[in-house]
Amino acid sequence: MTVDEVSTGSTGTAPVELVTLTIDDVEVSVPKGTLVIRAAELIGTEIPRFCDHPLLDPVGACRQCLVEITDAGNGRGFPKPQASCTIEVAAGMVVKTQVTSPVAEKAQRGNMEFLLINHPLDCPVCDKGGECPLQNQSMTHGQGETRFTEVKRTFPKPIKVSEQVLLDRERCVLCARCTRFSEQIAGDPFIALVERGSQQQVGIYEEEPFNSYFSGNTIQICPVGALTSADYRFRARPFDLVSTPSIAEHDSSGSAIRVDHRRGRVMRRLAGDDPEVNEEWITDKDRFAFSYATAGDRITTPLVRNPETEQLEPASWPAALAVAAKGLAAAEGKVGVLPGGRLTSEDAFAYSKFARTVLRTNDIDFRARAHSEEEAQFLASRVATTSLDVTFGDLEKASTVVLVGLEPEDENGSIFLRLRKASRSGVKVVAIASHATRGLRKMNGELVQTVPGQEPVALAALELGQDAIFLAGERLASVPGGFSALVAAADKAKARIAWVPRRAGERGAIEAGCLPDLLPGGRPLDDVEARTDLAAAWGVRTVPARRGRNTTEIFEDTRLGTVHALLIGGVEITDLPDPAAARRALAKAEFIVSLEVRESEVTEVADVVLPVAPVVEKPGSFVNWEGRVRTFDAVLHEPNSLTDIRILAGLAEELGQPLGFRTVAQARAAMVELGPWDGARVPVPTVGPDTTAAPKRAVVLDTWRLMIDDGRGQDGQLELKATARPAVLRASAATLKAFDVDPGGMATLSTDAGIVSFPTEVAELPDGVVWAPANSGASLRAALGVGYADHVTLSSGSTDGQVTA
Amino acid sequence: MMGQERSLSPSTIGELKEIAARYPEARSGLLPMLHLIQSVEGNVTNEGIEICAEILGISAAEVSGVATFYTMYKRRPMGEHHVGVCTNTLCAVMGGDLIFERLKGHLDVGNDETTEDGKVTLEHIECNAACDFAPVMMVNWEFFDNQTPDSAVELVDKLRAGETVQATRGATITSWREAERVLAGFEDGLVDEGPAAAGPSLAGLEIAAERGWTAPSVDEAKVSTGSTGGADATADTKTGAAEQADTSRAESETKLEESPADTAKEGEDD
Amino acid sequence: MTDTLTPVLSADWGTDRAWTLKAYKQAGGYSALETALKMAPDDVIAMVKDSGLRGRGGAGFPTGMKWSFIPQDNPKPKYLVVNADESEPGTCKDIPLMMATPHTLIEGVIIAAHAIRAKTAFIYVRGEVLHVVRRLRAAAREAKEAGYLGTDILGSGIDVELIIHAGAGAYICGEETALLDSLEGRRGQPRLRPPFPAVEGLYASPTVVNNVESIASVPSIVKNGIDWFGSMGTEKSKGYTLYSLSGHVARPGQYEAPLGITLRELLDLGGGMRPGSELKFWTPGGSSTPILTAEHLDIPLDYEGVGAAGSMLGTKALQVFDQTTSVVRCVLRWTEFYKHESCGKCTPCREGTWWLVQTLQRLDEGQGKDGDIELLLDLCENILGRSFCALGDGATSPITSAIQHFRSEFESGLHTPSRELFPPAASTLFAPQTVGGK
Repeated sequence: MTVDEVSTGSTGTAPVELVTLTIDDVEVSVPKGTLVIRAAELIGTEIPRFCDHPLLDPVGACRQCLVEITDAGNGRGFPKPQASCTIEVAAGMVVKTQVTSPVAEKAQRGNMEFLLINHPLDCPVCDKGGECPLQNQSMTHGQGETRFTEVKRTFPKPIKVSEQVLLDRERCVLCARCTRFSEQIAGDPFIALVERGSQQQVGIYEEEPFNSYFSGNTIQICPVGALTSADYRFRARPFDLVSTPSIAEHDSSGSAIRVDHRRGRVMRRLAGDDPEVNEEWITDKDRFAFSYATAGDRITTPLVRNPETEQLEPASWPAALAVAAKGLAAAEGKVGVLPGGRLTSEDAFAYSKFARTVLRTNDIDFRARAHSEEEAQFLASRVATTSLDVTFGDLEKASTVVLVGLEPEDENGSIFLRLRKASRSGVKVVAIASHATRGLRKMNGELVQTVPGQEPVALAALELGQDAIFLAGERLASVPGGFSALVAAADKAKARIAWVPRRAGERGAIEAGCLPDLLPGGRPLDDVEARTDLAAAWGVRTVPARRGRNTTEIFEDTRLGTVHALLIGGVEITDLPDPAAARRALAKAEFIVSLEVRESEVTEVADVVLPVAPVVEKPGSFVNWEGRVRTFDAVLHEPNSLTDIRILAGLAEELGQPLGFRTVAQARAAMVELGPWDGARVPVPTVGPDTTAAPKRAVVLDTWRLMIDDGRGQDGQLELKATARPAVLRASAATLKAFDVDPGGMATLSTDAGIVSFPTEVAELPDGVVWAPANSGASLRAALGVGYADHVTLSSGSTDGQVTA
Repeated sequence: MMGQERSLSPSTIGELKEIAARYPEARSGLLPMLHLIQSVEGNVTNEGIEICAEILGISAAEVSGVATFYTMYKRRPMGEHHVGVCTNTLCAVMGGDLIFERLKGHLDVGNDETTEDGKVTLEHIECNAACDFAPVMMVNWEFFDNQTPDSAVELVDKLRAGETVQATRGATITSWREAERVLAGFEDGLVDEGPAAAGPSLAGLEIAAERGWTAPSVDEAKVSTGSTGGADATADTKTGAAEQADTSRAESETKLEESPADTAKEGEDD
Repeated sequence: MTDTLTPVLSADWGTDRAWTLKAYKQAGGYSALETALKMAPDDVIAMVKDSGLRGRGGAGFPTGMKWSFIPQDNPKPKYLVVNADESEPGTCKDIPLMMATPHTLIEGVIIAAHAIRAKTAFIYVRGEVLHVVRRLRAAAREAKEAGYLGTDILGSGIDVELIIHAGAGAYICGEETALLDSLEGRRGQPRLRPPFPAVEGLYASPTVVNNVESIASVPSIVKNGIDWFGSMGTEKSKGYTLYSLSGHVARPGQYEAPLGITLRELLDLGGGMRPGSELKFWTPGGSSTPILTAEHLDIPLDYEGVGAAGSMLGTKALQVFDQTTSVVRCVLRWTEFYKHESCGKCTPCREGTWWLVQTLQRLDEGQGKDGDIELLLDLCENILGRSFCALGDGATSPITSAIQHFRSEFESGLHTPSRELFPPAASTLFAPQTVGGK
């Protein structure tokens, strides 16, 4: 719709200075600063290498990439072969690789022999066999016969460096890619080189495993089979796998991934290589959390509730669609639509059109989480239809990046890695938050300590230089005045804003018009021209003009009986701002249609359940936080697995008002044809801060979801979950003391709705503020009915029978 | 950090922090801190690793990487005394191998093992920079020069019996742990024990004295060179320096300085 | 002509309590410092440069030149680091110097720090020499108490803090960039160069790393002048130096002489080889310098002379072995040392030394195979100049030079154990023919 698939790139890039050198008698011009090993690639010469990795600092350790440099560009040559991964090109340099230099060829062959003397000959059973740089390069640059007849080095195998990552030390060639990744990129140096010389090995400190959110990347960049995942080890051979590029669905990064499957079953996921987005890294969640799609509670056939038994019973598609259509028709004009935040853009577009043209309602809201009218206004005024205003690359060029309501390491790992990289080259990261997290420390960040809810004050007080960027998380919707203050602060500093939702589908849902008062392409509902434009494009007489209900209002009015039926997509009740209210509404609803992948609290009470395809089984696109469209094809082609589009199209036809598209491709074409709104936007929000006084004996809750937690997307991944961070409650020593909680002891949070307990950890939070993970061990929403910036009661200890994290 | 009870005392933790504070950047204190851990704990313990990591704000894996790199750090409990026998080539040839064999038999231990009474940990060590005193032994890193198998046996027996032993060139032997404390940077008051130099260290000096040889006086030097100016033969550029430098190590270093990244600045150095 | 032996650094080693400030001052100590503090830093650098002093730690790089590489326009602090990690097998000159007269080194440190404008200096001393650590610490303390270290040294407005830092056992830390990593509290593995320490050394700040003897030589140059220094030694190898004689010689020890003396001259001074002994082979400057034989007795022991003979002056550690010694055994032991001390960072050194040891062990046991000698030479070729740092190069020196001079002994390794050809007992200090002879 509005976003280009291809990056327009940054504006005003300086011309690149070129350096001309000669490699293997071929003259080549490359940008200044290019390493010889990469300059050689440009003339088609692959110099063998192990330790070299384009995203890691050069180290020159493995010595495999030795070349002869007969002229360093100053008329003199190097007396010895040089590691081409560490030498920058120079004008007039003359390089001879293995192609033209017998010296380089012998150096490489000799080095390969050294690497192999202590390498086991277990390629037939090694996971890496068939895709192994050592195997491949020893075929191309090594010798067939070994001269080494002595004793190989052995280690007891394997070591668990974490529950997820295993290490076979005798396979390791000590290139240190993994340790350098963990130190330079992830900032989690829990693996290190230990011992010395021929006993040198990768190791952990025995009581501190390699629990990094990014640990899986080390497996992928290991040039041998030394690092393997517990998940994939001994499960498949690379040449039996079918690889499909795709896009990660667990956050809003739009990370490129590669999904490998064998005979209809996904065996593993790898990071794709997309320099503009995730570079070559992904989070462990995006890598390992994929078995949710094949969980035992996957819904495989349509289900219709038998009015007599009140049980859900399998039904045929035509029968189920007919029942669903009938129920929705009966509630005409009184249907609320809750598509959820995990849809593809195309699916979201189908929901939007279905709601506005078939159900003739604007009661549609994708937000299955804390939300506000102020947020909707912010999204309509500043987010919708923007595209690549702020990119991953821009984060590296900013002077300052201010985080508000966002903990990137947990909530968007790719942003975290890019910010950490940026911080290493001087970008200042500032967090408006209650405390300095480990993530913030790893970004060398600065804390503007703020009590949750007081963000407007902190934002107003910020003094920023030029070229600042704000990254605002969806949690800011919990703070009255938060988005208003954000816009004011950004406008004051002439800074750019990017909104970073947690879920992969939220940004696309905005573009698709899945907010009550925002039509597709950023068309304001209140703008008659926009409505007319949309109606024309959709070939309908009008689109409804009455202002729509948001998520909270839909549930509230369902409970009150003014909304009769609900059409619900992938919504987890415990994600909602008030799960108890939602449950009351579901109980009251006359008719519920649920489009779901797996059984849920909604399907339990739905009248019709229509199974939809998980991401892996359908094509589509996500719009990531940058506003970048990330298109992907189906990995698995399951004829019985239908997209939301196909089902909604069927329902629409059953209701006599066809959507005009049935496939993802058709939906995409319709979206492109519709295009973005170029008329006036809604004004920015100007909501003042909340001034209600805190209740007595209460503390303010800071909370967000840890990357690895109890989310259903991670179901079935025991090894991944074993690497989760421990669920602890953090508070200042003074806060704990004030509430008689022993530091390190148990503490209980309670509300009228319930109680939940955590072990405590002293941290430098403002007094009267506690932090607890939102869904680790216990869902705070489910147990307490509260979320970010809400008030809770803190007390000491834990009592039997209560929810304990 | 990892949650278990601490046995290191507040004063030790204070001293660890004191070591870190000596340096412009705290992590430089890690080696001496680990020496102090050894002096208190008898080896590098997990607790020691964790406390160092905590004080320096680095991961325990990083501390572990350092602790396992250097041979003076021990991961197993040590005996009261560390007895090292140099078996690097020259000392080995001059008798170190035989001394080491004799001690292994006499103490009934292998390399890097501790006697049953916990008194002596025996280890063969690399060149300890006293080759003119070969064969050399070290007790708690103090010199015992010109050893024989018999003198070595006598030495370890005295150590095990708790008798007072003084190093050939050094102080009265205390214990390995006390030695580690000195290495951590805490003086023990024994600096004035032992000679300035002895035996072979003085060989040249004694011969010079016998023959009346000395370095020239300043006046003699003027006569002999007959010049007052600079040294013509001194290399004045990196290239010249590289040509003059003689070892391959120097060559590798200086030639590297000729690398492209550096050539732009060439000539500024004269 | 200068005298055959010219004690400068060692001149006061025989003095009672030579390690104390009192003794050092009585011998004229710290007067060079007073002179230097009145000189402009660049003048001190020029003086050391003009003196022709070359690094005494093995590389022979001109000391003053190294100082001049420090970019004074760099706003970061400058650091001076003294490499006192003396660990090269055979090398034993810095340890006695620091044990006997630590103030010589400290005076040199302060002058050098003044020259390069460093406010913090370090002496990185290997940990395995407890008494030397004691002497250095006490000397630094005394010097500070006397106002030679600390702030506003002798009223000059110059500040220098000195930190005595004990290592923990790793030969590789003698390599200057590994030393810097070690001094930063890391594993002592060499760094990629460039950047060179002069630009990005300790804490990524401009840093000079000098050997103990180099720095200790500076006060004498400041005190006596460059002509005095140049009156000793040869045209390109100026000055005096410490030669360390060890092994099967009648009188092992430290001999301080002008550069260019020969091994024959040194041996003659102390009564030659031990009784009944014939020179078989020797190292000119530690185990990393290719071995030489009796035919090289008359080469001048200076940078050029030893280089011309196919070896290197190195640390001037003259390890002398006689006819009782098995060269195969010696080479194996040295190779085991390099394997033990290889840091593990690069492949050729880590894996190459592992393989070399196994091959040499076989030859030492008399169980060598046809082609083993060629294999050794080829492995050395694949290590030399291919490793990350000079440790790998050094590991090949004893092997290639020993095969060059004593190939037949390696050939014997195909059938006869070295211990049968050369019974080890005969080589010892306490062997019957030498008892009472030392």
